[in-house]
This record gives sequence, structure tokens and C-alpha cells, in this order.
Amino acid sequence: MTPVLWVEQTLNGVQLGVMLFLMSAGLTLVFGIMNLINLAHGSLYMAGAFFAATFTLWTGNFFLALLLALAASALLGVVMEYSVLRRFYGRSHLDQVLVTFGLILVVNDVTRLIWGVVPVPFGIPTFLSGSVFVMPGLPYPIFRLAVLAVGLLVALGLFLIVAHTRVGMWIRAGASDRVMAGALGVDVPLIFSIVFAAGAALAGLAGLMAGPITAVQVGMGEPVLILALVVIVVGGIGSIRGAFIAALLIGVADTFGRVLLPPALGSMVIFILMAAILAWRPRGLFSAHG
Amino acid sequence: MDKFVRSWLAELKSYAAIFALVAVLACVPIVAQLLDNPFLIRLLTRAVLLGMAAVGLNFILGFGGLLSLMHASLFGIGAYVVAILAWHDFNMEPVLGFSGTSNVLIALPVALLCVGLAAMTTGVIALRTMGAYFIMITLAFNQMLYYFSISLQTYGGGDGLQILSTLTFNHFVITSRAQFYWLCVAVLGTVLIVMHKIIKSRFGMILQACAQNERRVKALGFAPLPYKLVAFVISGLIAGLAGALWAVGQGFVSPADLSWMRSADLVVIAVLGGTGRVYGPVLGAIVFVVLESVLSGLTPYWQLPLGLIVIGIVVFLKGGLADLFVGRRHA
Amino acid sequence: MLDVKNIHAGYDQAEVLFGVSLHIHEGEVVTLLGRNGMGKSTLVGAIMGIVPMRAGEIVFDGTRLDGQPSHAIARCGLGLVPEGRRIFPNLSVRENLLMAERLPRAVAGQCEHWTLERVVDFFPRLGERLNNNGTQLSGGEQQMLAIGRALMTNPRLLILDEATEGLAPVICDVIWSRLATLKRAGLSILIIDKDLDALTGLADRHYIIEKGEMVWEGDTATLLSDPDRCERFLGV
Ligand SMILES: Nc1ncnc2c1ncn2[C@@H]1O[C@H](COP(=O)(O)OP(=O)(O)OP(=O)(O)O)[C@@H](O)[C@H]1O
Ligand SMILES: [Mg+2]
Repeated sequence: MTPVLWVEQTLNGVQLGVMLFLMSAGLTLVFGIMNLINLAHGSLYMAGAFFAATFTLWTGNFFLALLLALAASALLGVVMEYSVLRRFYGRSHLDQVLVTFGLILVVNDVTRLIWGVVPVPFGIPTFLSGSVFVMPGLPYPIFRLAVLAVGLLVALGLFLIVAHTRVGMWIRAGASDRVMAGALGVDVPLIFSIVFAAGAALAGLAGLMAGPITAVQVGMGEPVLILALVVIVVGGIGSIRGAFIAALLIGVADTFGRVLLPPALGSMVIFILMAAILAWRPRGLFSAHG
Repeated sequence: MDKFVRSWLAELKSYAAIFALVAVLACVPIVAQLLDNPFLIRLLTRAVLLGMAAVGLNFILGFGGLLSLMHASLFGIGAYVVAILAWHDFNMEPVLGFSGTSNVLIALPVALLCVGLAAMTTGVIALRTMGAYFIMITLAFNQMLYYFSISLQTYGGGDGLQILSTLTFNHFVITSRAQFYWLCVAVLGTVLIVMHKIIKSRFGMILQACAQNERRVKALGFAPLPYKLVAFVISGLIAGLAGALWAVGQGFVSPADLSWMRSADLVVIAVLGGTGRVYGPVLGAIVFVVLESVLSGLTPYWQLPLGLIVIGIVVFLKGGLADLFVGRRHA
Repeated sequence: MLDVKNIHAGYDQAEVLFGVSLHIHEGEVVTLLGRNGMGKSTLVGAIMGIVPMRAGEIVFDGTRLDGQPSHAIARCGLGLVPEGRRIFPNLSVRENLLMAERLPRAVAGQCEHWTLERVVDFFPRLGERLNNNGTQLSGGEQQMLAIGRALMTNPRLLILDEATEGLAPVICDVIWSRLATLKRAGLSILIIDKDLDALTGLADRHYIIEKGEMVWEGDTATLLSDPDRCERFLGV
């Protein structure tokens, strides 16, 4: 493998990792705090992409569209939480899996009804298209670099909030022991609603950034959802730090696995990695539950 | 003597529902003939095989308290092994030094062996974790095997694999859909009876005790893991058996059979029919397949009502359809 | 100040408390005694809004607590040191304290209120370990942290479930003397513990709970005057 290929794949891997982190951040906290398995998180990812594509078309302004899409994803998340998921906090995981699976079916078909079955075009503004040379002999798409930068910035911001603010302490406390946090005066349901909305917006952000790279189509969320689940299981449920490290690990491993190994093995690499890590630590790298 | 007869009768009675269900299912080809509606047989074959897979899933879900989202992949392994062996037979290329085969009676044990090994290795890792971790790991394993099936370029990759040779049962060749259907019903009946026996056995009791209170089982001196692992493998084998028959019946396998959505469908089927009874998932499968066919006939957006129905079931129907037929079971 | 009136509470399957009442006056230290599994923790849980109540009433300073979510109850001025301490393992010692910080309801600054510095003064051992993870502490340190954390909420009533369970005698002495200091400062306290000698040295009044019902209440002198009772209900 040449150095150029090496650098390129590393960039791709980190970019995938950052994207996975955006998907997993909300998921792992929701899981940690409310013990809720939300398979419909992938629907928020898909919604983010569709919203952004459509708002870009309507407003003609890429950045305005992005903001609107984020707000819309957050709103969709709040609606989902408030209308359905809220009833399922105390219920069994079986019920949660079923109800969120039902939600996936509903959201997928509603999306088909609104946007049709063909992938929706999602153009990026000219200043983000094209490539730059990141090193001699390696042109790299500007948009992918932008995705990488935004992802890292958001991850950093999120990390600062969660690690260094009072709200962050409440979130982590809630993720590790919801009842005790409540008994010490933390309004856990409120914190949770905020986390859910923020998680929805982040999933939407991941989706809208992936949109121009992959394709904006129904069902785009589910493969990413499963990768995100792998990330949070490896990182330890409820841990932001674990999610970040695991996301980068999985992103890089997946990218290099596909390049270096025969296809049959390459597509399985991350799952084998997950199995190995869990065989060693059944609760993931940094479980919030001690 | 009298006591013996009575206990024998009681035993028989506990199978009554299974016998009744199998008898009704066995009559379907006759009804299809009378109605001149061969589509009915295809529909019910689908229901019987999905139902069988869901019965397997429900062995650990309903009685072991373990929610697995990888049963479609075990189902798929069973299907792929049959198809791959037939492919090698057709192309006369040996696999690992052996020649391929179109004899189902040879392919089936090989398929079950592969499924068993897959279930065993994944089970050892997944069962060491608990609750939500288990669900997500099985989901991940399902996805892994799904991608693996796509990566099998020799065997059609993402397009799937058509069985081109004529499948035989030693020298016997199945000629009609009804014959194949009856075969599936017979296998289903056997599976249900075996399941029923296992659940009533000491092994089944310990498995159910693990689901209710694992700590107490440990305190009684049993290690839950071997029990759960054996149950997981049995459960996977039944799904794999259904998958192998599926390949025989369809003459075609594809990665779509391994998709995680299919795994979730199996959970829906089990819950729809009621997880508390061995035969519940069969009822669920019949309803699911009919619903699917009716809804998809009405509208291309049939997943929307299906999703709403799934949500509705979780909200309203706790014991599944079996409750509607037999009344609520008291634990 | 706290008025628990005839409450029934329990878990999904089983009712555990059958009409329990308990009163604590301002500045009073009250104990809740009883053998294992008699419902002490359940009563604490019911007061804190953690264990669901079926009937009865809980009033704190004129405010109904029952039916309120537990964070609202805590904000009324109840500080909980739970059974098993329940330190947040993913927070540092400092964060375990800060996450609970709340200014007292009464005009802030009027009386001296609890801050990180004051808690560290109160339990100097914690000062050395502020940057450690919650789980890296010894049992005694964890209990100090749990008490400190409850104090950070500036409670008007401190509730300790198993104040010294499983701790080394030296540590127990520290904790009892700290609790005595809190009592002198006028804090109301509800304590559950097995150490009858230490409890009688500290508390004003006692309740004995037996199979979910209050079987006795009275002051320290009366409790000590009847060893039979201690034998019968407490097994000491
Ligand atoms: N989460 C729970 N679910 C169901 N039953 C419970 C639960 N917690 C406690 N119990 C039962 O409630 C009863 C009272 O328990 P509780 O913890 O209140 O007792 P306790 O007096 O605090 O005992 P200890 O001295 O052991 O702490 C016991 O019989 C116990 O088995
Ligand atoms: Mg207790």
C-alpha cells in the first residue's frame, strides 16, 4: 500500500468514524439514561438528508437549508419521543424493539409517499465541490474534508459540553443511574427530552452530510443504524467518550478492512472486531454503568 | 392402569392444539383445489416456513427470555448451504474436496451442521452479555452474515443464487407444490411436538427459570450459560431447517432472506401469534403472510399500515393472537 | 416538618408497607429500626418518590410530596444517602459533588450553605481524591462522598439509609461524629443503621418497623429501658 493510499484511506476512515459518532452520540445517551432501544434512530438520519435536500431546493441557500434541516430533524425526534417512545421507557426491550421497528416501517413509507421512490437529488454548492490536493498526488474532495471538519468540531463541542458543564454532569449521572440522579434533584425527564432532541439533530446532521456522498433514498438509515449500534456496544452503553473512540475505531477498521482484505472478510471485519472486544469486555470499553 | 391411561390422555390433550393446527394446515391443498386457487398453497407454504423459523426463534424468546435479531441469518445459512451444494452439483465443481449434491437428504444435515456451528460460535459471544447488549450483538451478527452473503460473488453476490439442478430426496423427486407443502407441514408438526416435549422437560424448566430469575437458578447450583447456549443452538437449528426447506421450495436464495428486517419480521410473527405457546408463532405467521399479501395487493405503501399494526399490537395485545383464540394464559 | 401519614407502598408484585406513619420535627434526629427486609428502604424510597405509593399522604413543610416526581421532592429539601451509596462511577469525586449542588430554598446566603469547599472541609479525605473516579474510592470514602453529595443539595432533612453498613470501625466513628456535628448545626436527620449504641447516642426518637408496619415509636430513654423489645424486634 502506497503512502498516498494510506493517507486517503485514513481520511476516509476517520470521516466515517466521525459520522458514526454523530449517529451514536444521541443513541448511546438515550440508551444509557432511559434504557430505551431506539431502532428508529436511523429514520432520523434519513430524515435529515431528505429535509436538507428539499430545503436546499426551496430556499436555494445551502446553509439556511442545513439549519432548517437540523431543526426539522430535532422536531421530528421530539414528536417521536413525545407521541410514542415516552410510553415505552418502563417496558421490556422486546416491546421497544417492536415499536421502534414499527416506526421504521411507518417513517419509510411516509417518506416514500412524500418524496417518491427514486433517490432525491441533493446538490452541494460549487465552493464545496471539486477537490484539493491534501498531499502531492492525492486530490481529495472538498466536501469530504468539510464533513470531516464539521464532524470533528461537533464532536469536540459535544465532548466539552458533556465533560465540562453542569448539564453534562447531569447527563452522565442520568446515564449511569437515572433514579439516583432524580433523587438528587436532577429533572431527568427534562434532561432526557433535551438529549433526545439533540441526538435527533445530530443524527439528522450525519444524514445530511452523508446525503451528497451516498444517495438520499429510503432505507439509507438502517445500515448506518446498525453500525452505530455496534459503536455503542463496543464503546459501552451510555458513554460519550466510549462512543467517540469506538466510532473512530470502527470507521478506520471498516475502511481499511475493505481495502486490504478480500471482500468476504473485509465486510465482516468490524463485526469480528466487535465480537473480539465484547469477548474481552462484555460491557464494552467504557460502560457508564460501572 | 387407570392412572396410566389418564396421564396418557392428559399428555395427549396437551398436544391437542398442535394436532388440530397441523390437521387444519394439512387440509389447505384440498381447499385450494376446491377453490381452484393454487396461490393459496404458495402463500401457506411461505407461512409454514416463516412460522417454523419463528417457532425456533420463540424457543429462546418466549421461553428463554432472549430477544435474538439474528435468526434471519441462521435461516439464510440453511438456505444458502442447500443452494450452494446444488450449485456445485450442477457445475460439477467439488467443494472442499467433496462433490456437491442435489440430494436434499444429504444437503439438509450439512446445512444444519453449518447453522449449528454458526449459532454456537455467535451464541458463545452473544450470551456472555445480557439484555440490550444481547439484542444489539445478535443484530450485528445478522448484518455481518448478510454482508457475507452479498460478498459471495461466485454464488451470485447481491443478486442471489438460483438452484438450477433438480433437487431430489434420494431417488424421490417432489413434483407438485402440494406435495412440498405437505412435507413442510409434516416437518412443522414434528418440530412443534419436539419443542413441546423439550419445554416440558427438565431442560425446558431450567431454561424458563433462567428467563425469570437467573440469580435464583445460579443459587440452585446451575450454570445458566450452557443451558442458554444449547437452547440458542436448537433455536437456530430450527430456523436453519426452515431456511433449507425455503431454498428447496423457492429454488432461489438471496441476501434479502438474511436481512435484519426479516429477523425483525420473525420477532413480529412470534409476538403476533403469542410467545407463550409453542405453536403461537405459526398462527402469527399465517396472519402475517395473509396481511402482507392483502396489504401489498391494495397499495404499494403497505408497510405503513403494517407498521401501524405492529405498533398497535405492542400497545394493545400483550399475549398475541393466541390469547384471542384460547384465552389468556395464567402463569 | 416531615409528616408521613398512613402510607401503603410496594413493588410490582408485592405490597411492602401497610399503613406506615412517621413524623420528624424541625432539628430532630430520628431513627428507623427493624430487621432485614422489614421495609425500611422501601419507606425511604416512598418518601423520595422512587417507590410507587398506593395510598396515604406525605407532607413536608406544608407541601404534599406524594405523587410528585422524585427530583421535585429532592428540591423541596430532602437529601438522600442511599443504601449501597450509589456513587456515579463515570463522574469524578468533584463532579459527584457538583452535580448535586443547589442553593437552599431560604434566602441564599442567609445562613452558611454547603459548597464544594465546605464539604471538603467537612470530610478532608475527599479533598485528596477530588479528581479520582467515584469507583476508585474505598467504601468509607464512598460513604463520605454520598453524604457530601446529599449535603450539596443543601437539604433541610438528611436521610441516610444504612449510614455505616460494611465500614471499618474507624470510619464509622468519623461518620458518627460528623453526623453529630450536623445535628448540632440544627439539621433534621432520618437514619437507618444497625449500630444501636451509636444511634441511641445520637438520636432523639426512634421508630421500629416490622413486616411493613410501625410497631413502636418512642424516645431513646424508653427504648433503652426495655431490652426485651430490642431483642424481639431488632434481634440485638
Ligand atoms: N425492587 C424490589 N422489588 C420487589 N421487592 C422488593 C424490592 N426491593 C425490596 N423488595 C422487598 O421488599 C421488602 C422490604 O425490603 P426493604 O429493602 O425495604 O427492607 P429493609 O428493611 O431496607 O431491609 P435491609 O435491612 O436488608 O436493607 C423485602 O421483602 C424485599 O424482598
Ligand atoms: Mg434497606
